[in-house]
Amino acid sequence: MSTSQTPLVEVRNLVKHFGSVIALNGVSMNVYPNEVLCLLGDNGAGKSTLINTLAGVHKPTSGDFLVDGQPRLFSGPRDALDAGIATVYQDLAMIPLMSVTRNFFMGREPMVGFGPFKRMNMDEADNVTRDEMHKIGIDVRDPQQAVGTLSGGERQCVAIARAVYFGAKVLILDEPTSALGVAQTSMVLKYINQVRAKGLGVIFITHNVRHAYAVGNRFTVLNRGKTLGTYTKDAIGIEALQNLMAGGKELQSLSEELGGTI
Amino acid sequence: MTLANEQNGPAARSDERLKKVSTLTGVLRRPELGAVAGLVLVTVFFLLTANPAMFTLAGVVNFMAPAAQLGILAVGAALLMIGGEFDLSIGSMVAFAGLVFGTALVVWQVPLSLAILVAIAFAVFIGVTNAQLTMRTGLPSFIVTLAFLFILRGLTLVGLKWASGGATQLRGMKEAVADSPLAPLFSGDAFPGLFAWLAEAGIIDTFPNGTPKVPGIPVEILWFVAIALLATWVLLRTRFGNWIFASGGDPRAARKSGVPVARVKTTLFVITALCSTLVAILTVLDAGSTDARRGFQKEFEAIIAAVIGGCLLTGGYGSAIGAFFGSIVFGMVLIGLTYTSIDQDWYLVFLGGMLLTAVVFNNVIRKRVTGER
Repeated sequence: MSTSQTPLVEVRNLVKHFGSVIALNGVSMNVYPNEVLCLLGDNGAGKSTLINTLAGVHKPTSGDFLVDGQPRLFSGPRDALDAGIATVYQDLAMIPLMSVTRNFFMGREPMVGFGPFKRMNMDEADNVTRDEMHKIGIDVRDPQQAVGTLSGGERQCVAIARAVYFGAKVLILDEPTSALGVAQTSMVLKYINQVRAKGLGVIFITHNVRHAYAVGNRFTVLNRGKTLGTYTKDAIGIEALQNLMAGGKELQSLSEELGGTI
Repeated sequence: MTLANEQNGPAARSDERLKKVSTLTGVLRRPELGAVAGLVLVTVFFLLTANPAMFTLAGVVNFMAPAAQLGILAVGAALLMIGGEFDLSIGSMVAFAGLVFGTALVVWQVPLSLAILVAIAFAVFIGVTNAQLTMRTGLPSFIVTLAFLFILRGLTLVGLKWASGGATQLRGMKEAVADSPLAPLFSGDAFPGLFAWLAEAGIIDTFPNGTPKVPGIPVEILWFVAIALLATWVLLRTRFGNWIFASGGDPRAARKSGVPVARVKTTLFVITALCSTLVAILTVLDAGSTDARRGFQKEFEAIIAAVIGGCLLTGGYGSAIGAFFGSIVFGMVLIGLTYTSIDQDWYLVFLGGMLLTAVVFNNVIRKRVTGER
């Protein structure tokens, strides 16, 4: 957060067109180590396009994209992952019928043995999974139990733990709390805070200002493909943030109609 | 069992809302449970109703032989189903591979080793074709391979007439491989020396002239056991096995995690075609001939055996050893009915009934595994 540091990821005036559709029209944001940057925006603000661009799924039409201060152009999601940018999507990329261990190591299985006897090191995989889960306070009694038996919040935490374990420096979380109840949400928020304390940069995408305010250090507000600005926590209040995100007036009048409950 | 024990044990740390997972539930989570239960049931049934000759060594070999032929197909089908795809061309592929193999041996008169290589090459080609068509078009594999069920059966008929000069049967394979050193791997019985010794020692039954009633273990049974064990090991203990589960469970999630889904599925389609080819080679060498009806409707039996073995129709869950047991259930009922006074045609009724029971049972198991409410 101090200006002397280099941001882990920085984009300046990022523009992305899909044919005649202008999805991003000048987005600037950055994230430093040991901070949670909240990316706020209503539906259609361009959040998904921005995430996908950061994650290497889309290539920007124009604008600067810097990783550790160096300009980078990702050729695909693998490339972004190798650069330490991990994305946890809303659908979590988890398979309910498979065990926690198998999900945790999916695509990155630890191996033992040689030649034709090369096999998955299931014991080590089980132990790592159990340990990692234990660190975040989820007691997985049997790492071979199916992911389908975990609650939504637990699944979210497993997905985040997986990204952290495999060396993410920047973690992009796509609406991690959108489908969760109160207790589950606080569990996930608590874990996000833990991940930040480890020195990672977290980009937390949400349209819930309360959740953002609970863990965020800075807030970047996105509206109609543009960044409206970035604010530190002590520079903006929760209501001002809400109004900014919704584009101001309309929401205020609607909120008055409903008795100020939004 | 005492209270003190419970408090000191792991139960004291666990969440009070979670029921303790008993060994029973642990067993219920195994996908092959249904097949094992079915096997026990069928065995008890025949122990009670069938002529005791069924469970002598000769009787067991009698029902294990057809079980093995079906089982080699079923294990391949099970892997593919866990990987999230179907192959309805398995049965026709047996006939087609029989034609290719037979033609190579009898018409082109190449040695056995080369004939096998030619058959394998065709199998790889058909497997890759099935896979590419399924993945490129995005059509369900059910439809693509249904087309190949007819295409391959038709090609076999046309090819047989061409190769044999108008008949739908091709003969003379036994003579063609008579002195090939590879032949014992694919035909006849294994361990004849051991069985002769066992007969001499009076451990197994003999004919009056002293030769054993069972001269050895038919090689197809050995292939069946070996393939089932290998498939189980691959599925549960290797990276590729993890990828099979992932590709079938949710291809999109698998792809995002770096699993090469297209490559996994292509390999699985090739494996089912290779399983069909192996069955073709075994049966062609056994009978010394091939005909157009080889492997007829085997695709359905193989899929049913895989489903009895715990494979979900939606993919991502199942077991190869389950398909192994499922196939033995089939062999037992098919042959076992001849040891009883029951009309053999009940076999088909049983087949359908077993399928229904297995699917209902698997759904219950799946809910248990995923904790769906």
